[in-house]
Amino acid sequence: MTIKLRYFAWVRERVGKPEEDIEVPAGVGTVAELMTWLASRGEEYAHAFANPQVIRAAIDRSHVKPQTPIKGAGEIAFFPPMTGG
Amino acid sequence: MTALSTVRLQREPFDAAAEAAKFTRGRSDIGALVTFNGICRGDEAGEPIAALTLEHYPGMAEAEIERHVAEALARWPLMGVTVIHRYGRIVPGEDIVLVVTASSHRAAAFAAAEFLMDYLKTRAPFWKQVEKAGEKTWVEAKATDDAAAGRWSGRQAAE
Repeated sequence: MTIKLRYFAWVRERVGKPEEDIEVPAGVGTVAELMTWLASRGEEYAHAFANPQVIRAAIDRSHVKPQTPIKGAGEIAFFPPMTGG
Repeated sequence: MTALSTVRLQREPFDAAAEAAKFTRGRSDIGALVTFNGICRGDEAGEPIAALTLEHYPGMAEAEIERHVAEALARWPLMGVTVIHRYGRIVPGEDIVLVVTASSHRAAAFAAAEFLMDYLKTRAPFWKQVEKAGEKTWVEAKATDDAAAGRWSGRQAAE
């Protein structure tokens, strides 16, 4: 399953790129599992996803919770808590 | 009643007075117009800042604001809502965000404007970076903003 990942703010800075297409291995079923798997992909990812509980996620541009399944997702974004307004 | 709604994201400054005046031009049924401007302050934690840079998630930011505008229109008897949010580099004294709500009476206009601002702070995908003494740091989310947004859950709409 290929998914477009997008990163914003300090998650983007730590990963070192704004987006990428990745092949998600079988067995990675939820947003939380995806973060755990991403953290194992290298030093920059380990740094970005060291505290997954502070990272927010969106699937296809809607906020989702960590336990949300990623099946069928086209685009998944990871970012810190929002500070707009 | 069909309410007019506008949601815009832009790099350029906006004219808050002109945006607000659009609602009342040529009509006299609007009795309450609330305009909220969020402005870039010149200090952060007691220290002067050079600028803020706002990053956003194009596509999702518009969609998220539209969802909350739709919710505000469903909860309060509004005749119009405008939300304009800037992104990019903004220096102290410049506007960051504009919320305008129009209604027959003030309760709905005040409540809807506060509701929209509380949600913009905590749900709209924008991130502020502050430039201070040559250093750039990301602004941390405030628990008080989450609490402010939380108070709208389950609350009845104002009359």
